[in-house]
Amino acid sequence: MAPAYALTVRRSRLAAALLILTAWQALASSGLLFRDVVPSLWRIAAALATTLTAPAFYANLRVTAFEFAVAIAIGSMAGVLVGLALGASHFLSRAYERWVHYLAPVPKIIFFPVLLLAFGAGLESKIAMGTISCFFPVAISVAAGVRGVPPVLIRVDRSFRATPWQMATKIYLPAVRAALLNGLHLGFGVAAIGVLLAETKLSKAGIGFLVMDAYHRFDMPGMYALLLLVVFLVAGVNMAVTRISRS
Amino acid sequence: MPRAEVRLLAPACGVLSLIAAAAALQALIVTDVVSRYVVPPPTDVVMAIARIVREEHVVARFLLTSGETFGSGLLILAVGVPIGFWLHRSALARRAFEAWVAAWAAAPLVLAYPLFLVLFGRSSLTIVVLGFAAGVAPVVLKTLEGLTATRRVLVDVGRSLQITRGQMFRKILIPAALPEIFTGLRLGLTFSLINIVGVEFLINFGGLGQLINELAERYDLAGTYAAIGFVLLASMVFFACMEHVERWLRRTH
Repeated sequence: MAPAYALTVRRSRLAAALLILTAWQALASSGLLFRDVVPSLWRIAAALATTLTAPAFYANLRVTAFEFAVAIAIGSMAGVLVGLALGASHFLSRAYERWVHYLAPVPKIIFFPVLLLAFGAGLESKIAMGTISCFFPVAISVAAGVRGVPPVLIRVDRSFRATPWQMATKIYLPAVRAALLNGLHLGFGVAAIGVLLAETKLSKAGIGFLVMDAYHRFDMPGMYALLLLVVFLVAGVNMAVTRISRS
Repeated sequence: MPRAEVRLLAPACGVLSLIAAAAALQALIVTDVVSRYVVPPPTDVVMAIARIVREEHVVARFLLTSGETFGSGLLILAVGVPIGFWLHRSALARRAFEAWVAAWAAAPLVLAYPLFLVLFGRSSLTIVVLGFAAGVAPVVLKTLEGLTATRRVLVDVGRSLQITRGQMFRKILIPAALPEIFTGLRLGLTFSLINIVGVEFLINFGGLGQLINELAERYDLAGTYAAIGFVLLASMVFFACMEHVERWLRRTH
């Protein structure tokens, strides 16, 4: 891209961003909406600073991060195992993969009442929510990756009488690295959403809980600040995973 | 095992093993190994289906959720296709904003549902707007992709016949990009439906999502499981139909 053109592109982006912010500020000071529904940019910035300096935010962030990390660990592990089994066995794939595909896009939050009953209202039900969210993209991606493994590699390993464990660790897992990272990438995003949504529904800790707490107290600048932080945090995790998977 | 046999036998084994798992669960619940206050017996769930269809107005709720998704779909088409067309026409706009649309597509918008609640109230409008916000980006991106992939020769023939801009749009660009636009619409409606049912559940308002929440709050366990099964079935039918329509559209184009 020529430097002059790149500059025009940057200016267009800046102009659009300024337009959006100005429109927001104008709406905030117009009095058209109920007070505080659209708080001014300054108040949102002040709430952002308050949130970022409050110890409570970091304590709740730790809770959410813990739930997310455990959910990812269990969900991706289960996803890899099921994906390997579905991808390696034509029979299992014909028997069950259709169900996994059909279940994958349904809104997982509808399982939350069942998870609440099974695991209680504490961290466990949020972890379970993140786990089932993460499981499907990883399983589907790994299964597709296994089917893409060159048959000659599998035949060579079979001719050496490799055990199923050796087949999984020496052939399938190295060959499906790209598919696994792709699945994990999708899984990270949906697990974060699963955990946070579950926290907004019923919890006593976590970032989702803080958002709902601000909503119930009608602390709109605080709620907007938290939502911005959530979006940036999830986008940050997303970018980090993308960078790792590319490297 | 020969492939033809696997093709017939495997799906049957899959269904039978699920039925066997349900029977095993029933046995565990009847013998009190698994608490019936956590997992209701599968037979109770099956019997609850007729009850919730009759008493909880499942058909009306199904139509409400479908209507909200349809409303979001119309908004998505009305806004997404023109934006896609604009990004196709203006190279500068595409260079500046295509990445923004992609970022929007990846943003966890459903987490902002309290914001939509504040702006639009606890109403169907909130649900439709959230469904629209969640599903518009794929239509923009796929419209742009479809228009960009239009064969050069078609556009050149149109120009040589000196057709107007409107005719070029209606007769050449849109028909050529239609399969891609539909792929975008399928993705968009899928995201919309996921978000719509999710938000109905979260804000306890509307159709099928609210039904699950309400039955769970009443501690009607068999009803809750039956309602979850119904939503799963409705989602599966929806996704399968969309896939078939897309395949048919690609074949006929």
